[in-house]
Amino acid sequence: MKILYFAWLRQRTGIDEEDVAVPAEVTDVAGLIDWLKTRGDGFEEALQDVSAIRVAINQEFATLDAKITPGDEVALFPPMTGG
Amino acid sequence: MAVKVQQEDFDPGAEIGALTAGNHAIGGVASFIGLVRDMAKGEQIGAMTLEHYPGMTEKMLAEIEAEAHKRWPLDASLIVHRYGRLEPGDRIVLVVTASAHREAALESCHFLIDWLKTKAPFWKLEETEDGNGSWVDARDSDDAAAERWKRTDPGKAAE
Repeated sequence: MKILYFAWLRQRTGIDEEDVAVPAEVTDVAGLIDWLKTRGDGFEEALQDVSAIRVAINQEFATLDAKITPGDEVALFPPMTGG
Repeated sequence: MAVKVQQEDFDPGAEIGALTAGNHAIGGVASFIGLVRDMAKGEQIGAMTLEHYPGMTEKMLAEIEAEAHKRWPLDASLIVHRYGRLEPGDRIVLVVTASAHREAALESCHFLIDWLKTKAPFWKLEETEDGNGSWVDARDSDDAAAERWKRTDPGKAAE
């Protein structure tokens, strides 16, 4: 699964893009975030406040209960501030 | 319908001219240009960097543009959004809508800039004196501005 991080999520995790093998028991976005948090201090800090995180699966906005599959591109980012 | 996501500046006059050239059904053109301000929360800002999600940005801008065409009878539209480092006074975004009549052009232009702010994956990082930068927080007022277009569907207003 490809995971992308933007803005302060990228800064805190120190990663902009990575390919990860997610455990089979992780089936939705909330489970993915919980699992990512166990991968180190930067992840724990970046992902601690789930209410501040927006998610896209394959470039479409998704909610925390959305299902994920191994071939997905999952992006994690803060609320948008363009325009 | 057209979407451009680019680092370089744009020329609003040239963009509008090219968009409407040759289409004499157009009776009104509305445009919005967003600029970088030098103040935020009372603090002086030097410059900012706009980050975006290549691929999803173009897709979301095309989706909101298609939504505008569904709601209003538009003859042409254009969204140009810049990314990268920008300084106060620089142009960030251009929205242009063209229709036979002014109401559709003006309303759809307002709709597009409101929706773009909350739906297009861009993030602003303001430069700070310590060199770390400060990510701009999303504003509730932007959410409220986007939200009111959910309640108003001009296509159904007469029903």
